[in-house]
Amino acid sequence: MKIRTLTLSAVAAMAIAPSAHAERGSSGHVNIIYWQAPSTLNPYLSGGTKELESSSLVLEPLARYNEKGAMVPWLAESVPTVENGGVSADLTTITWKLKPGLKWSDDTPVTSADVVFSWKYCTHPEGGCAQNEKYNDVKSVEALDDLTVKVTFGLSKPFPYGPFVGAQSPILQAKQFADCLGAKAPECTEANFGPIGTGPFTVKEFRPNDVISFEANQNYRDPAKPAFATATLKGGGEATAAARSVLETGEFDYAWNMQLAPDVIKAMEAKGKGKVVAAFGTLVERIMINFTNPAPGLGAERATAKHPHPILSDITVRKALSMAIDRKLLVEIGYGSAGRPTCNVLPAPEIYKSSANNACLVQDVEGAKKLLEETGWKAGADGVRAKDGMRLSLLYQTSTNAVRQDFQALIKQWWKEIGVEIELRNIDASVFFGSDPGSPDTFQKFFADVEMYANNFDGTDPEAYMSNWSCKQAPRPETQWQGNNMPRYCSKEYDGLVAEMATTGDLNERARLAKAMNDKLMQDYAILPLVDRGRVSAHSNTLGGVVLNTWDSELWNVADWFRKK
Amino acid sequence: MFNYTIRRSLLAVPTLLLISLIIFLLLDLAPSDPTANLPLTIPPEVREKIRQSLGLGDPIYIRYILWCKQFFINEPLNILEHIFGWQIGGDRLRVLSWQTRSPVVDLIVQRLPQTLWVVGLSYVLGIVIAVPIGVISAYRQYSWFDQIGTFISMVGFSVPTFFTGVLLIVIFSVWLGWFPSIYDTTHQVTDWSSFLVQVKQMIMPVSVLALFNAAQISRYMRASMLDNLNQDYVRTARAKGVRERIVVLVHVLRNSLIPVTTVIALGVPQVFGGAIITEQVFKVNGLGQLLIIAIQGGDVPVVQTLTFIFALLIVLFNLIADVLYGVLDPRIRYD
Repeated sequence: MKIRTLTLSAVAAMAIAPSAHAERGSSGHVNIIYWQAPSTLNPYLSGGTKELESSSLVLEPLARYNEKGAMVPWLAESVPTVENGGVSADLTTITWKLKPGLKWSDDTPVTSADVVFSWKYCTHPEGGCAQNEKYNDVKSVEALDDLTVKVTFGLSKPFPYGPFVGAQSPILQAKQFADCLGAKAPECTEANFGPIGTGPFTVKEFRPNDVISFEANQNYRDPAKPAFATATLKGGGEATAAARSVLETGEFDYAWNMQLAPDVIKAMEAKGKGKVVAAFGTLVERIMINFTNPAPGLGAERATAKHPHPILSDITVRKALSMAIDRKLLVEIGYGSAGRPTCNVLPAPEIYKSSANNACLVQDVEGAKKLLEETGWKAGADGVRAKDGMRLSLLYQTSTNAVRQDFQALIKQWWKEIGVEIELRNIDASVFFGSDPGSPDTFQKFFADVEMYANNFDGTDPEAYMSNWSCKQAPRPETQWQGNNMPRYCSKEYDGLVAEMATTGDLNERARLAKAMNDKLMQDYAILPLVDRGRVSAHSNTLGGVVLNTWDSELWNVADWFRKK
Repeated sequence: MFNYTIRRSLLAVPTLLLISLIIFLLLDLAPSDPTANLPLTIPPEVREKIRQSLGLGDPIYIRYILWCKQFFINEPLNILEHIFGWQIGGDRLRVLSWQTRSPVVDLIVQRLPQTLWVVGLSYVLGIVIAVPIGVISAYRQYSWFDQIGTFISMVGFSVPTFFTGVLLIVIFSVWLGWFPSIYDTTHQVTDWSSFLVQVKQMIMPVSVLALFNAAQISRYMRASMLDNLNQDYVRTARAKGVRERIVVLVHVLRNSLIPVTTVIALGVPQVFGGAIITEQVFKVNGLGQLLIIAIQGGDVPVVQTLTFIFALLIVLFNLIADVLYGVLDPRIRYD
């Protein structure tokens, strides 16, 4: 990874050097393909990755994350911290200062009023803003003068970089969206399809779920950028076709998120028209263990804390399940260069990464068998182990997806070897990840023994993510089956760590807490992490300046892209 | 005939209303969630708020009546306003898509040109190819031409378009580099060279679909010709000394076209339905792709409106087919 980062930075440095002398628009046209088509250009109304990333060519936040996960000022002069006085000592306010002389693409000045408006827009109770969480605990946002904004939180906020940071909460132009607050938000089609922004490009034409045509923003703050005069962002189709159009036919310059089998990508790259780039973030494919009994006979109390799981409450079973998995082989088959085996549910950034659990990297079928044998799980005539009349038979569910079904088959085989009988089930993603409380097949209801999916968190701060596994987050009938604690894991010690982190400001102390929480989950085998999944994209050999970033929009530095001669 | 048409049209109104209700109920029963495709980093409370803002909190009958009002009253009024430049009433709430938050009818209007050009042209082309093949195949039954024709129609009919489409892309885009693999919907035809670009990007999708359409229609044509060739009136015509050309192309062909015409008329709604798979393969992004994306995204207003428009077209073209049958065949009278 170090070497990759170094090479990437070196490539980036080389790439940026020539473009610094270039003129705006000198590189002509760039073609970008997203195999999922953007539906709107207002990220507050969608929340989907495709919308966030396509709108990031136009709309920008005050600060964003670079490819290493570090925060960099974007529209703000600098990132406020306690040291530079931008964040108050009691961690309840943060004061941002805009760069002077910023202009919207319609030639009007960017002011603190626009920042205040963006907060009002997203937090309007009837608006249904998808990024509401970014503004959690914000009590007020005030404009101190034309360029200064003060955000006040209702409580002490150790990580005050939710609002206005990253592609999720960019600044909207107050003038354009003034009549679009609350219930009126969806009716402002023109504004939602053509937001006025500060970014390197402006929208020329937007065709929802199809294609976007961009032109260089003539008021962009760097007069030499962007190097491209026009850009097209085509959407639709599937990942294979997108990869083909960059790597094989060369029609497109950049293809986003190629979730393809490793051998398919390799064969395409061999054509020599483009390069595949990968970078890692926090996305982990994992198996969740159900700590509650999902037996249908329990009726309304099914899969609730009232009935502990008859098999999986035994930690030796959970541990044996983890030991039997060959994570390296899973990576090889499912992800290739786009994955790494992992033993942590919190795999990044570097300071949060624990090294206490690495034993799981090596498969140990014999050890798993021995462990089960020692604790009284004896193999029956059909090879399936049982204890006190309880057979080791589990239902394993996941969403419908080729790689996930491969994983299911492999893991079923390994678990069979240690004497666990597995029934497989896959559910359409829109149902599985849908949160319809009436559907029995959602990942929250978890009417199965183990389930597999991937999850990550926005930005670089793991506080909200790690608090997912506190007792109160367990989905249950009282919460309409909402909540993020799918395993229904519940530990006083863990909840204590969550509470402690919520009041700790010091970064190193926070890192220690995050690691401790990760280790607790791993050593209790509540979650079995499988693969640290990277993002894979492709760009043509003639496109320079691409720096793949998993912490923010992939198109974050599109202003620096240029055409190699 | 006129009375019959009026009667059928009136009968279509309750049928269509019932269809719209059934579609609505089916969509409501389906366990899909418009927020399901959002990243998992968006918390459930926010998802719930999004669903509320989409109107999902209202009871089902209110949502159905609202859709009916928006679709049957507001949208036609808007179209009238648009065409005649009138101003009828104030602001009306239109049928809004959940994914794009824009009016569904505007989306459909935006998608129509691609679909009509690519799918419509392939249908016309399919007919033009199919009719002569059907005629010759039937006239020279079991000849080598008939055998090859049968083989090609079997291939065209049974090999799915996602296979032929990708095959063509691999051959003509990847290996030969003749045609683009991705359709540019923003391309505008202004002069000869831009027309050529348009032709180039249309060749592959149109030929894939034309093969499929031609395969179907040519079989109907052949069967219908065979039926007629053995009729007594053909023998009579031949016995009168009518030239063979006239016998086949005037007497037999005209009679054989009657059932084929109705088959063709009944197939027209498919054109508007787009060709979901072919549009996906070539990224034509017409109505078919709009429908499939809406289904995947749980975008109920778009699915509801599109499906209903298809139902409307099917009812309409059924009527047209029946009337055409009466017009073409004097023996058939409905009154």
